[in-house]
Amino acid sequence: MSNIKCQCGHENPYGTELCEKCGRPLSEKAKKSDIVDMRYEGSSRRSQTYKSSIVDKIWNFFSSVKIGVSIIVAVLAASAIGTIFPQKFYVPATTDAEYAEYYERLYGVVGKIYYQLGFYDMYNSWWFKVLIVMLATSIIIASIDRVVPLYKSLKKQRTRRHPSFMKRQRIYGEGDVENTEEALAKAEEKLKELRYNVKTENGAILAEKHRFSRWGPYVNHTGLIIFFAGVLLRGIPGFYVDEAMWLREGETRNIVGAPGYVLENRGFILENYTKDEAEEVFGEALDKVGSIVKTYQTDVTLYKEKEGALPGSDDLEKMQDYSIVVNKPLKFNGYNVFQMDYKLNELSTMTFHLVNKSTEKSLGEFTVDLSKPEKEYDLGNGSSVKMIGFYPDYDGVKDGEPYSKSPVPNNPAFIFQMKTPDKPEGERSFVAIRQTLEVEENDYAVKFASAETRNISGLTIRKDKTLYILLLGGLIFMIGVIQGSYWQHRRIWVQKDAEGHILVAAHTNKNWFSLRKDLDKVRESAVLPAYIDRQDPELDKQEQEGDEK
Amino acid sequence: MDLVAVSSNLLFVSFVSYLVATLFFGGAIKKSKTEKAYHNSKWGTIGLVITIIGFLAHLGYFFTRWAASGHAPLSNMFEFTTAFGMMLVGAFILLYIIYRTPSLGLFALPIAIIIISYATMFPREVTPLIPALQSKWLFIHVITTVIGESILAISAIAGLVFLVKNIDMTKKSKQRFWIEAVMYTLILVLGFVVTSTTFKVMNYEAEFTYIDKNQAPAEITYHVPPLFGMNEYEAMTPDAMTPWIEMPPIVNAQKLSSLVWAVAVGSVLYLLLRLIARKPIAAVFQPLAKKANSQLMDEIGYRSVLIGFPVFTLGALIFAMIWAHEAWSRFWGWDPKEVWALITWLFYAAFLHLRLSRGWEGEKSAWLAVIGFVIIMFNLIAVNLIIAGLHSYA
Ligand code: HEM
Repeated sequence: MSNIKCQCGHENPYGTELCEKCGRPLSEKAKKSDIVDMRYEGSSRRSQTYKSSIVDKIWNFFSSVKIGVSIIVAVLAASAIGTIFPQKFYVPATTDAEYAEYYERLYGVVGKIYYQLGFYDMYNSWWFKVLIVMLATSIIIASIDRVVPLYKSLKKQRTRRHPSFMKRQRIYGEGDVENTEEALAKAEEKLKELRYNVKTENGAILAEKHRFSRWGPYVNHTGLIIFFAGVLLRGIPGFYVDEAMWLREGETRNIVGAPGYVLENRGFILENYTKDEAEEVFGEALDKVGSIVKTYQTDVTLYKEKEGALPGSDDLEKMQDYSIVVNKPLKFNGYNVFQMDYKLNELSTMTFHLVNKSTEKSLGEFTVDLSKPEKEYDLGNGSSVKMIGFYPDYDGVKDGEPYSKSPVPNNPAFIFQMKTPDKPEGERSFVAIRQTLEVEENDYAVKFASAETRNISGLTIRKDKTLYILLLGGLIFMIGVIQGSYWQHRRIWVQKDAEGHILVAAHTNKNWFSLRKDLDKVRESAVLPAYIDRQDPELDKQEQEGDEK
Repeated sequence: MDLVAVSSNLLFVSFVSYLVATLFFGGAIKKSKTEKAYHNSKWGTIGLVITIIGFLAHLGYFFTRWAASGHAPLSNMFEFTTAFGMMLVGAFILLYIIYRTPSLGLFALPIAIIIISYATMFPREVTPLIPALQSKWLFIHVITTVIGESILAISAIAGLVFLVKNIDMTKKSKQRFWIEAVMYTLILVLGFVVTSTTFKVMNYEAEFTYIDKNQAPAEITYHVPPLFGMNEYEAMTPDAMTPWIEMPPIVNAQKLSSLVWAVAVGSVLYLLLRLIARKPIAAVFQPLAKKANSQLMDEIGYRSVLIGFPVFTLGALIFAMIWAHEAWSRFWGWDPKEVWALITWLFYAAFLHLRLSRGWEGEKSAWLAVIGFVIIMFNLIAVNLIIAGLHSYA
């Protein structure tokens, strides 16, 4: 493709709309229009120039703002649909059948369709991810397409522009003044006072301000891309750990997901607000709601396995004591341990008596530690109790066997074999809470005496090496939006043409009202011709005349 | 007087100031003939001074309540919505100082007044903080978000002025229909305020037991006569009205009843107003917008999105993620409130692109700004009251 040569002699790249140097319109379209399209200074952009190959087509697709906005709107709509009913991870179900049943039971046919279309797991669906990837692609391509030509042409601007460029600006004025030289000099002085960067070239002034704000969108798009990259990285092992563990009071266990570290739970505390401490201020609210929780807290001690110790050995080195509360996770070596959940009063031990049914005399007692039940409890005097079966979460009989639905001791049940001097072969008995079953009538029974409970803390363990990347992306995004939003690129051209008339033109990428205020200030000190704003028919001419009423 | 009482009185002072200031901005528009005079109107300046006094009283409310409770008053619907009203006025003051346009005040202050009235319909007693909210980020995140949202809201108000001024109210059109729909919605909020206040003054209460969606028994108290009954309800208050119909377990029939009351009373109000005015409500306001310069309103609309968008991003996304990481161990969890903040953000990003690169100015831009406000309000009201996830204030 050949270059375009302008009348002023400058060679412009193929596809240029306005001469990079003097601003004369080059394309037919630009020559015909009343106001030139100043968006990218009329420079040549790849997407506007090459349209034939498949690469061009893809490039042009993604660099279009129309497509970009459509993608944004598609993400927006999908996100919104995802909030109509609760997402998968907020639903108490595990199997597909349970999910289907849940959505149908609560939300009827609509719920069923919602489930079947996969909207119940919207944000993990493949097509949602595809949309995000398209968004990122679009941002990258659209930015590259524009930033290079924009940079080049803003760098190359000449001070004197051709009248045909001036006349096609949105804000334009021309006329004669008594003393042209003085007017130009005053205008220059005033523009400098208004903190414009002023360049002059025999009878022409270019005053420019805040050009850097034009780079704002590109900076903020870069921030977004860094953010996306950070999110992508969490897929790589080692960058991201997300585990959960239950830790009972008094327990010491290896931290899930953090090899080499061990945590001891020294106690879980749940505290409510009380009226006396919360004074009169909260009294009314407490009366109304009943009780309000003040703290969830787990007191822990963190240990590290000693160098060279075998994994799981007891060779521990104490690191620190800490109280984990909500909003104050335990932090060590890149890991965070959060207070997320709790269970109060889980059974920890149960104590039983072995009694003679007819005399009700006890032959001794024994205590079962529900987390570590023993095979046999020797009561002395030739009596013992053997544990034949243990069902921590007893849930009826399945296939002729007692059945435990979980390893959590919510509803413990036992099969005991009781040996006594009278009955050396032993008698069997099934013991559950408020229930005893015997195969034949026994002489002896195991009777529940007492139980102890303890609390459990639900902890979440996280390690996220991408956080700093995300934070960096966020920071760059903020710099970019602020740069592009809180400043505007303004330019004012004033020049004397060949016939000695004064031409005034001005352009900004946004906020024309503020630009006009600047121009009015310049007109107050230097007598310049009145201007028109071609897009504001209501602009009051009197305002320019400084009419006070 | 204790601090909580001082605080309530200051809120009342600010409320009255905003009412009075509105009248002065009205005067500013009536009295001035030319554009220039209107920009420098004395009435406008007095209006601004009164608004600032109201705003200071409002800040006074905020900080005395903070002192009384020991935490930033941003922890329930009443406090959050009041703060939104406060920052809306703050954002208006900022843009008034840049552009000096009384028409903006004439629309912004009444909307702030409606928002504050709406806020006071929620329980107002000072509540202690649950563990998840005990963090410095409560203040940092929420206040930044509220400031961002209220600056964005100003763009909707500028858009409203633009639309009220420029839509031809004499001919039937889509635009006329929708601008009237906006007016109707604002009147519905008033309907809510009127019903809640009336039944509150009457001390109305009706208690019911019902079976919730997890099939567990529960209790609920209505503060308006129960038009709709909860799933398998049984009345515990003998003389309460019998609900018309029973709702399935996923519908909160108590909130539905309040909503239907508000809509019914609001609609009656609207009809009365129309009967008195004998023209669309938007047409009644049209003369008040006539002197506004359309280009200027358009620019204020854009400018406030430009100022508000970065603030909103910082508060509602960046600070939100930092806090979510501290409190819930993940920086993003697709909770409905988070998702709606993201939707708001994407919407304004689309707005900026349409405007900058596709030249959507004037009327299109004004409509977009109004829709943006609807999304913000949806997140504040509907997501809290209906969708309700972790963030729910109500
Ligand atoms: C969520 C995603 C995005 C955000 C938050 C974002 C943000 C922004 C912001 C704040 C601006 C400045 C607007 C103004 O000053 O009025 C901007 C400009 C721009 N954006 Fe985006 N953007 C996003 C996605 C995209 C996409 C997908 C495209 C693809 C077409 C795109 C293309 C552009 C272009 C062409 C500009 C104008 C640049 C200029 O005039 O120099 N953006 N963007």
